[in-house]
Amino acid sequence: MPKEPVAVVGVGQTKHVAARHDVSLAGLVREAAVAALKDAALTWADIDAVVIGKAPDFFEGVMMPELYLADALGAVGKPMLRVHTAGSVGGSTALVAANLVAARVHRTVLTLAFEKQSESNAMWGLSLPIPFQQPLLAGAGGFFAPHVRAYMRRTGAPDTVGSLVAYKDRRNALKNPYAHIHDPDISLEKVQSAPMLWDPIRYSETCPSSDGACAMILTDRAGAERSPQPPAWVHGGAMRSEPTLFAGKDFVSPQAGKDCAADVYRQAGISDPRREIDAVEMYVPFSWYEPMWLENLGFADEGEGWKLTEAGVTELDGDLPVNPSGGVLSTNPIGASGMIRFAEAALQVRGGAGEHQVEGARRALGHAYGGGAQFFSMWLVGAEPPTR
Amino acid sequence: MRDVAIVAFAQTDHLRRTDELSEVEMLMPVLHEVLDATGLRTSGIDFTCSGSSDYLAGRAFSFTMALDGVGAHPPISESHVEMDGAWALYEAWVKIQTGEADTALVYAYGKSSPGQVRDVLTRQLDPYYTAPLWPDSVALAALQAQALIDAGDTDESALTAIATRSRQAASGNPHAQLSGDVPAGDYLVRPLRTGDCPPIGDGAAAVILAAGDTARALCARPAWIRGIDHRIEAHGLGVRELTESPSTRLAAERAGVFERPVDTAELHAPFSSQEVVLRKALGLGDEVSVNPSGGALAANPLMAAGLIRLGEAAARIHRGESERAVAHATSGPCLQQNLVAVLEGESTHA
Repeated sequence: MPKEPVAVVGVGQTKHVAARHDVSLAGLVREAAVAALKDAALTWADIDAVVIGKAPDFFEGVMMPELYLADALGAVGKPMLRVHTAGSVGGSTALVAANLVAARVHRTVLTLAFEKQSESNAMWGLSLPIPFQQPLLAGAGGFFAPHVRAYMRRTGAPDTVGSLVAYKDRRNALKNPYAHIHDPDISLEKVQSAPMLWDPIRYSETCPSSDGACAMILTDRAGAERSPQPPAWVHGGAMRSEPTLFAGKDFVSPQAGKDCAADVYRQAGISDPRREIDAVEMYVPFSWYEPMWLENLGFADEGEGWKLTEAGVTELDGDLPVNPSGGVLSTNPIGASGMIRFAEAALQVRGGAGEHQVEGARRALGHAYGGGAQFFSMWLVGAEPPTR
Repeated sequence: MRDVAIVAFAQTDHLRRTDELSEVEMLMPVLHEVLDATGLRTSGIDFTCSGSSDYLAGRAFSFTMALDGVGAHPPISESHVEMDGAWALYEAWVKIQTGEADTALVYAYGKSSPGQVRDVLTRQLDPYYTAPLWPDSVALAALQAQALIDAGDTDESALTAIATRSRQAASGNPHAQLSGDVPAGDYLVRPLRTGDCPPIGDGAAAVILAAGDTARALCARPAWIRGIDHRIEAHGLGVRELTESPSTRLAAERAGVFERPVDTAELHAPFSSQEVVLRKALGLGDEVSVNPSGGALAANPLMAAGLIRLGEAAARIHRGESERAVAHATSGPCLQQNLVAVLEGESTHA
């Protein structure tokens, strides 16, 4: 029996900010969940199961917070799963929820991801040293900077490309009311004159620390028929993992990312992603990852990704808009960042992205990655139900 | 639903401390054991899912290194739950139900020895109102035990009998941390004595799932998962009736436990008093062999102990010692979240 088609009928986000002092963890997640239910015109009683994800528990200092959050998410008496796949978790969480519907185990599932970074300090959370392993004492940027440098050396990309991405994403964020960083005075010069943090990554090319949550309601074909808004249909979804460190690892373009994208395209029947996909929400925590992932995801040949960025192809009005929402560079509640990519892709094909809507978007890719460029999760959503 | 079975199970010897082993080193032997038992290699596994907790390891992203032990290159389809491995098995079962996978590797591990586990588990509680008071896991279980005694559901000698039976059963389990006769011991937190409480230890476990004919090809007598479900309850102890486990009851109904009698039950009851609650919720009579492995009172490696219950129940079916077994896993204080599965041998397949 073929899988049940899965539809996104509700999307909810909080306004992402540096510190939500006005709500508890429970208040934060409930805000996103209630918004998603409202979007789907459903109530808590319509939800059969809850799938929740976030990045490490150390970021808020609560071990297995799903236990405490069960009440706030209306999960009492229901199944509740807690996914954790590092930075890719928001995407993985959505895929686990989608599988519950696809397998016909449940009909309507609430999936949610969050991070309340203000409760703690992510740099510390990532830097707990243990014996015999290299500590990431400089946080994520210190780990990724050498790989960006390797990309520049390998492709000959001019060192201005990173700032173009940051400038674009921060301008896109101005059109997204939920985005964290809203800098109306943004300029390319401002991006380029920011202090260097981890050469070649400038302060202006890094993601912020955000408080925020994102929720989606996933349902089956019958559920989609009752949806008051146009649903987004899942045409393909996949996860791939590889070890963090091993001799043959290509940190610039990990095999797991390539394989994951290929699997999603196969499921969705896409042979030319550059032409057939209308919008991409890509996990770009440091600006240079846009050209790197353009290659890894098959939108550009190896060594050519930066040329798309430089030519403006990835601008909101370009022919392959990347991160119309402003992306992770503008909003980064870590555990939720992947789900925001998936949800923004869904909003695009539902025609519900507001000012940052890509005109006529019919198919969009949501992408997330985590660990040491180790875990990948992606989905492709479309305006039409899948035919395969 | 597709027919899915547990076709292989392995666990470490559970030990009070494993200072000389990293988590990957602890995990590697059980991964090899289940792969060898089926003849599969990592590249022949369609989906992999694990369960663990960063708080036990004392560092963020602890599971990322454990993946190295799987040998995940070429890249694999893989996921992780920050929960007991029983829920990783559930996620893998769902994945197989979608038809996207026919086989799955599930593993879980936990080292409690590096920290003070009673303190660590307080971090699971409501962070604003409860966790700051540091109520430890034994104290919370003792509240539940006292409520059971007050309700007339058990008494201290009955609890001692549960502990004694469990540890004697563990004599037949070479992996158990504690076995044989144990004195009831002194009160740890009244009314619970040391004998009523689980040992603190380190350990890992792994399981392979397979669908239909693949399962039959990999295992002489697969342990078919006839039903599996899990439910969560409210977090606050003040809003729960601690002598009951409605989530276990509901999960059991959904899993089909009550459709026919079971002969074996592997219950994740780290405290003797919790067996009383679970027996009632699952309607288990004296004719059912409860925790023939010794259960969590004999070995309780956090994040693996629930998966081990599924594995132990399956292993009894593999060996022909059970026809129909119920396996249970729990998470959270005082049995807040519960998973129930029904496992059967081929002969009872309707």
